[in-house]
Amino acid sequence: MHCGSTDLLNQIREITWMNLRNVPSRVGASSVIVVGIAGVVAVLVSILAMATGFRTALESTGSPNRAIVLRGGSGGELSSGVGQESADIVAQMDGVAAASDELYAIADVPKRSNGTPANLVVRGVEQNAFVVRPELHIVAGRNFEPGKGELIAGKRAVAEFTGIDLGANVRFRDSDWKVVGVFEANGDANESEVWADVKVLQAAFRRGNLISTMRLQLTDPAVLSTIAERIANDPRLDLQIRSEQDFYGDQSKQLTAIITGFGYLVGVIMAIGAIFAALNTMYSAVSARTVEIATLRAIGFGVAPVLVSVLIEALILALLGGALGAVLSYLVFNGMTISTLNRGAFSQVAFDFAVTPKLMTQGLTWAMALGFVGGLFPALRAARLPITVALRGE
Amino acid sequence: MSYLTLIWAGLFRRRTRTLLTFVSIAVAFLLFGLLRSIAAAFSVGVDVAGVDRLVVQPKYSIVDGLPVSHLDRIRALPGVAMATHYSWFGGFYQDRKNFFPKFPVVPAEWFAAYPELRIDPAQLEAFEQARTGVVVPQQLADKYGWKIGDKIPIEADIWPKKDGSRIWEFDLVGIYRAPTSGFGLNAFLMNYDYFDEARQFNKGQVGSFVVRVADPSKAPEIARSIDATFENSSNETRTATEAEVARQFANQIGDIGLMMGGILGAVFFTIVLLTGNTMAQAFRERIPELAVLKTLGFSDVAVSLVVLGEAVVLCAVAGAFGLGVSAVLAPGVGRAVKDILPGFALAWQTLAAGLAIAVLLGLVVGAVPAATARRLRIVDALREH
Repeated sequence: MHCGSTDLLNQIREITWMNLRNVPSRVGASSVIVVGIAGVVAVLVSILAMATGFRTALESTGSPNRAIVLRGGSGGELSSGVGQESADIVAQMDGVAAASDELYAIADVPKRSNGTPANLVVRGVEQNAFVVRPELHIVAGRNFEPGKGELIAGKRAVAEFTGIDLGANVRFRDSDWKVVGVFEANGDANESEVWADVKVLQAAFRRGNLISTMRLQLTDPAVLSTIAERIANDPRLDLQIRSEQDFYGDQSKQLTAIITGFGYLVGVIMAIGAIFAALNTMYSAVSARTVEIATLRAIGFGVAPVLVSVLIEALILALLGGALGAVLSYLVFNGMTISTLNRGAFSQVAFDFAVTPKLMTQGLTWAMALGFVGGLFPALRAARLPITVALRGE
Repeated sequence: MSYLTLIWAGLFRRRTRTLLTFVSIAVAFLLFGLLRSIAAAFSVGVDVAGVDRLVVQPKYSIVDGLPVSHLDRIRALPGVAMATHYSWFGGFYQDRKNFFPKFPVVPAEWFAAYPELRIDPAQLEAFEQARTGVVVPQQLADKYGWKIGDKIPIEADIWPKKDGSRIWEFDLVGIYRAPTSGFGLNAFLMNYDYFDEARQFNKGQVGSFVVRVADPSKAPEIARSIDATFENSSNETRTATEAEVARQFANQIGDIGLMMGGILGAVFFTIVLLTGNTMAQAFRERIPELAVLKTLGFSDVAVSLVVLGEAVVLCAVAGAFGLGVSAVLAPGVGRAVKDILPGFALAWQTLAAGLAIAVLLGLVVGAVPAATARRLRIVDALREH
């Protein structure tokens, strides 16, 4: 029999439409595919959204125009220390538009979520800290007054830590502090910190006039290498300079890689389970329709339309499941804030789940792939059914 | 005997479906094994921590440090059996990624505070004698291929030496055995005296004190009396049991662990739900067969037991298989996440609980079909299908 391409498409459309109209009568079995794939996609997207959110929070803290100066050999702000003389030398270098001397300290403050003490960053800063970070602005209260025991708290620090409230008094080390303002900084890692006047903090934490790090506003990102060279060649300095983006990128790398790897591991394991559930359902669907398929073949429908129609049914159910999973993940998790210990900085950092369009697309791609595999083999079986045997079969 | 054959025949009636169901269940239990191991990682240290040990930390942050002179006053308190100290050295071996804790300690005191650590007395003696001597746990020596007599350079990030150099060279003089992987039980140990003399700043400052109490039931009182001793001094303390300290540290990672546990719990139940549905569906197709069995003279109870038996055998075997695979995978996963979740381990309790749940699952998904099978009237069943 001659079969034109229009005929073929018509046949496919007819059979597919017939199959799909039948789905409601097999709703229990069909929902196995939808629910199974929705589960895979929801879990995969949610775990990857956690990794993406963490990376975004740290990476957005860094600006290409800024650099951080640490003591040679130190891996983070906590283990770093810079003497005042060294800081003055660096601040005078060409290409440094502004320099901010900062003291990085840690205080144990109970988390609101579980009441156990966790590491809160207390950063001592001077006026230049706000010059080099124009993204930071006060949203409630006012800035601290130099020389006083006053704090401003990042929005996320307020959300995560007990007692860090506007107007509240907080006790760290030998001294009492009053929270006089709340700031925002694009949701970055600074928002998980509290800031105070560097001189007052040095006294309270008994650090003399030692600072931890310097933040430099560069006239141009390109001057970084020149400054790095001058620091390396100056025998008075035992310092290192890194771009902020590098510095925060490194901090997020390990945890991001672990969460991502974990997400894929769980995703793949679940996907295997979902494929088998889909195969099960589609094989049952095919076997329940043995007579129907054989009848179609007997009255002149080709092999290809039967095969394609089964595959399309699986793909549509899978897509439905994928969309359900992605939307579920978005509704439940997108924007949800959690916090964890950022090992690189030995401090708590809060971040938001980021269920991005890219992740949702990735989830749908997985769903389609699962649907394809889950539908292909049953479709092949349907296509290969010998007509006579099938008609006699039941 | 014949029932087992019947169950077997039932399971192999539709090989493909049985195999597919088998794999779905196995996958669910594979995930169960892994997710329970993650949850266990968050309680690590809590179970293994010594009940008679207290940890004394600086009140406001563990990074502040305490004067070593506190030790004499702690030792003088009633109920204190012994006390020693350790500090956080930081630094790294060859590459920043090679992370393991390094503590300056007083050798004999450290091993007295942690009697579960096993060291050859001759090696402990060598450790005390050699200024630049270090001892390491067996697993660390294995990992980096260290042998006694090796020189091990550590690059400092917190503690430069007096002469400004950052490389500390140590001599390996002993290898000790640690029974578990709890925090601090697998540290690279160096001599505090040498560390204190050679470091550039903060002389006389240590990280924390470890206190053993004579009577564990008095630990809370002694903790309070230690903190009271230093109250209103310029170095106040916060004392807690080792278990409490371990719990607090795990809580710092907190939210992420909780989230993973929640997500994975949902996964497990989704898969179980799907499997139950598939098995119920398979049962409905077989109703005429069961009627035939009854016609042949099998009692109602026997038929329902065959149906239940099938579900239980399938779930138990598939569950055991999934748990077995998770046991094979666990060491690899543990290695991959050891820096962030050092306590990741698949415990035998997890395997036992998993197996029990698998059997229970079989009973649950088999219960309704079994009851239906029992009530089945031969005429109806044969007519309807």
